[in-house]
Order: sequence, then structure tokens, then C-alpha cells
Amino acid sequence: MQPFTRHTGIAAPLLKDDVNTDQIAPVLQSRSLKEDYKTMLFHRARQREDSSEDPNFVLNKPQFRPAGILVTGHNFGAGSSRESAVWSMLANNIRVIVARSFADIFRENCLQNGLLPVVLEADDADAFTARVVAVDGKAPFTVDLLAQRIAGPGGPDIAFAIAGADRMRLLEGLDDIGLTLKHMAEIVNWEQRAAAAQPWLQTARDSR
Amino acid sequence: MPRTLFDKIWDSHLVGQRADGRDLIYIDRHVLHELHAHHAFAQLEKQRRPVHRPDLTFAVQDHTIATKPGRDDSTNPSGTAFLRAMREGARKTGIRLFDIDDPEQGISHVVAPELGIVLPGATHAVPDSHASTVGGIGALAFGCGTSELTHILATQVMALKRPKRMRVRLDGRLGAHVSAKDVALRLIAELGVAGARGYAVEYAGAVIAAMPIEQRMTLCNLNIEMGGRSGFVAPDDATFAWLVGRPFLPQGALWDRALEYWHSLATDADAAFDREVALDCGTLEPQITWGTDPSQVVGISGRVPEPAAIDPSRRAAAESAFAYMGIKPGMPLAGLPVDRVFIGSCTNSRLPDLEVAAAVVRGRRVAEGVVAMVVPGSTSVKREAEAAGLDRVFRDAGFVWGESGCSMCAGSNGDRGEPGERCVSTTNRNFENRQGPRVRTHLASPATAAATAIAGRIADVRQLLSGVA
Repeated sequence: MQPFTRHTGIAAPLLKDDVNTDQIAPVLQSRSLKEDYKTMLFHRARQREDSSEDPNFVLNKPQFRPAGILVTGHNFGAGSSRESAVWSMLANNIRVIVARSFADIFRENCLQNGLLPVVLEADDADAFTARVVAVDGKAPFTVDLLAQRIAGPGGPDIAFAIAGADRMRLLEGLDDIGLTLKHMAEIVNWEQRAAAAQPWLQTARDSR
Repeated sequence: MPRTLFDKIWDSHLVGQRADGRDLIYIDRHVLHELHAHHAFAQLEKQRRPVHRPDLTFAVQDHTIATKPGRDDSTNPSGTAFLRAMREGARKTGIRLFDIDDPEQGISHVVAPELGIVLPGATHAVPDSHASTVGGIGALAFGCGTSELTHILATQVMALKRPKRMRVRLDGRLGAHVSAKDVALRLIAELGVAGARGYAVEYAGAVIAAMPIEQRMTLCNLNIEMGGRSGFVAPDDATFAWLVGRPFLPQGALWDRALEYWHSLATDADAAFDREVALDCGTLEPQITWGTDPSQVVGISGRVPEPAAIDPSRRAAAESAFAYMGIKPGMPLAGLPVDRVFIGSCTNSRLPDLEVAAAVVRGRRVAEGVVAMVVPGSTSVKREAEAAGLDRVFRDAGFVWGESGCSMCAGSNGDRGEPGERCVSTTNRNFENRQGPRVRTHLASPATAAATAIAGRIADVRQLLSGVA
């Protein structure tokens, strides 16, 4: 996994609640095993009904095309568990999402891929959003995971909280499976205990 | 100390704690599907990591599979590569696959309980957000992403943060033609689309005690639509009776032992929950969504809300939903003409769902101009429905009778509506463009969907059946 320490980039305001993964990474008519995640990101939201580009969609605006930070509302990433929602962000060089809250599965998928999910509480979120809107892509913000701060035009640094373990995993780009495999002896041990105590859990055979 | 059922299942599956503080929870049954599995197989191959417990892992073809009779790998051309990659991956890793031509193929959330693959008190994972459908038989399930799926294949555990505990008590007795779907939609409307985020939800109360197992699955299926990853019902005698004879269950003396254990799976009397919610279901009428998220719900006799009646923080979303859905505040939904009706998906495609719909449809005709479709949740359900003559009832009425799969729920298999169409659907998400570009989806129960197909307009099944329509 790509580690995350600090990112400096344009912050794009997508000021909505409950943006779901169907919107972020829509199912397109033709699919393949190797999807074009770059094109997939907000594919429908980027277009008008006649398939032409919608100039009003935030990521289509010239100043936000190079955005690396997406700023949004409550419950971002609701809905389907599709990890393509995260992959399509990364394919567009978006490394940070600043939201008021995240849907559970989407947030897990972020941590698995080095996409930093930052949650700001109401007052900080209001202040940061206002600054992002005011600067309108003319100057970048810096999100520093080491310092747990957001710095940029229009005001003082904003501190953010993140669970220590999640922070460490992102900073070090830790291999999640590798972390767990260190516990393989415990896993095998659990299996042996279960096989004795609840043997039906350790076999799943067709009795026919 | 008194414990909740959630705590009992969690604690008994706790393998250890990882350096980052996450609990390692053993996954007793893991079911994959073709849409996401190929990524995981490719990752494992690259990392040269084996599948730890192929014998506890199963796979289905459900998301991209065509529903046309006589289907094969290429009937839905954009699914072909997925079906083949799933087959190849399952073969290489020794995972039992319910393939396109398997007599027990179907949607993972339907197949796993109906074959007895998933058990009360067992943990279960699927790379799909509706995994907790199987909570209906008392399993603790987690929907997961692709990286987590790869992690489970390699280790058979998930690295999780312990969720908080919520109990939802459903009081009263459901009226005629009101089902778990209506209860769930009302609950999502009350709690909101993030109301259960961070919680494992236990459903309890008089409504649950009287609720058939398939409907409990519908209820648990929709748990994620209020943001909850896991939702379940404590197993009871109805659960055990429902399980008897299913082929992957423990047999003989082992069944007796399992049954004895399963009887202990209940929340202790004084156990504490982080949040308790109660809903009186006694006066509940059939429910239907008017908007573009599953919390935008109204009773079938109700009206689309006026903006002033909507929480200010939700008003902009409502206004945008009015426009997308082509509706106006204050108008009744009943009577709105529809183009399409879909009965199916992991939410509402089990045999009793089809029986309810068939009872409404029997002897009637789908309204002129309406495309109506029934897609059974598994090939087993389809076979049983056909043995009971339900396929004839639907076909005679003008419904399309499909082969099993996820179909129009997410449209991953090419089954979609045409732009601008209005569709009443028994599925779980009314998101914009989900059932096809610009398709307007109203979520409802199988009974409401069937009545709507007959009336050609959004209909109150109670009126249709009493001849008042």
C-alpha cells in the first residue's frame, strides 16, 4: 500500500451529504476485469443528459480538475461495498477526503488503499468548507497526517483526530494481510479449539 | 455480567488482538461472487499467498449473470470475463462454486442460508454490503470490500473495530399485506440512512417473534440502508424448524449438539445496549420510497412531503430528489403511472416473496405498457416456485419469468430500465441511475410491486384485493 504522510493539493468542495458509491463509481454499461477507474469517478455526475460534460460539476471546473483533496458532507461513501469507489479516487490523484462523517465500509476501504479519510467536527468543518469555497482552487491546502493538521489559505491550521492505529497504518503503508499473518499461530489455535467445542463451525460439507 | 447476543458471538470468535488494536474475528463462512473475487485471486497470486480455508469458502455467480432463459457465459457480454475468472479462480483454489449451470446457483445471500451453509451464531462475510441478510437466521455477518475479501481468503479472519450495540424493538402486530419490507422502510425513514452507522443491530420484539424467517432476512438485508454493517435476529424455534434438513448443516449427533448450543444464543435479560429504539408497527401501512435514498419513504396512502416538513439539513437532497423522480411535494404517490415493475433481489426473492406476489397477480393481467419481471433469488427457489405453478401465474399475467441472479437490483447484468422510466422495485436501493440511466426507482414490498404491475399505477395492494381500486 502507498504510504500517506502529507499531501498538498487543491481542495474541491462537493458539498452534499450521503454521496453514495453508486454515484462515486457507477456501474457502466460495458465492464471489464481491468476497469478504467480514472474515467469511472463520478462518471454520470460529470455528464449532462446528452452525454456532454457538465461544466457545473465541481471536478469538471478548470480550477478543480487537479484536485487532490475532496471536501464533502455527512455519510460519504454510503451504499455498496465496491472498492472501486476508492480506486477511482486514487486513479484521479485524490489522496484525501475531508468529510463530516464516512460510511463504515467505505472508510475501511480507504484505509486499505492509502486514501486518507479526515473527519472534521461541525465547527471545524464549517470553517474549513468556507475557506475551501472562498479560495476557489486558487491556492492549495496541505493535509499533514504526522502533525494531524490541515494548513492553507484563509485561516489558522485546523487540527483533526484519527485513531492512532489507523494513522500508523497509513503512515507506514502497512500490509494489512502481513499484519494479521503474524497471528497465524493464534488463528490455528482458535481453529483447533473450535473444532473441539463447536465442530460444526469448522466443517461445511454437503451431507448428500 | 449480562451480555448481548452480539457480544457472545463476537467474543467466541475473537482470535486475538492485532498490534493496531483491531480485533481479529474468525469468519466461519465466507462466500464470494464473481464481480469482486477476481481482484482478490490476482492479489493472492501476486503475493504468493494461499487460501487458508478453501473448505469454509464458497462462491456464486450472481451479479453479472444474465437472467434470460437458456443463458450462458456470453448472454451478458460484459459479464463473460467475470464468470470465467470466477470459475478459474475457484478451480485453482479448490473453492466450491455454484456456477451458472448449477442447480443451486443463485444470489449469495439467498443461497448460503437455503443450503445451510451459514448457521446461527456463526460469523459470515461476503464482499457485498447486503451480507447481513443472513442475520435473519441468527448469523453475524459483515459486508466487506475487495481488500478485506483478499484478507479473509489469506487468513480466514477479519481485522475489525468492535461496533457499538443497538437493539431495535418492533412492537405490535403487522396488518394484512404489510411485511418486513414495509417495517424496514419505515425504520430507515425514522432513523435515517446513517442511523445505524457504527452499530451492530439486534432486531427483537413481538413483530420479530411472529415473523417468518424469510422476512427476517428481508429486514436484516436492509440494515445497511440505515448504515449498519451487521444486523441480526436471535435464532428461535422457528429458525431451527426452518433449518431442518438443509444439506450443509451438521448431521446426526452433531446436529443435536449444535441445536443445544443454538438454544443459548440470546441476549441476557439485563444486558445493556448503547442505543435502544422502538417502533410501533401495529398501525403500519404498506410503505414506498418517493425519493432517491431509502429513507425518503411515505405510507402508500400518504403524500410526498412538503419541503417545510423536511429537516432543513435534508431539504436540498429532497428538492433534488423531487426533480429526479419527476414528482411534486404534496402529491399522493398512489396512482402515479409506472413503466416497469421488478420483483427479485437479495431483499425480496425468496419463495414466500414470490408466493405473496403470485397471490396478488393470480387471475389478473399486467397493465398495458408495463414491463413486469420476476427473478427468483436462486435456482432452487425458481424450481420450487415452478413446482408450485407460480411461474404460470406470473407468465399468464404477462410477467417475464427470469433465471436467478441479482438482475435489476444494480443492473450489473444488463437488466435495466430505459431512461426516464418509473419502476417499482422490491430491491434495496433507489439511488439515481442505479437501475439504468435516469430510471426512477420506488422501493416497495412484493405485494405492492405486484399490485402496481396489475394497476399500471402505484397501488395499495389492500385496495386492489378488496376491489376498491
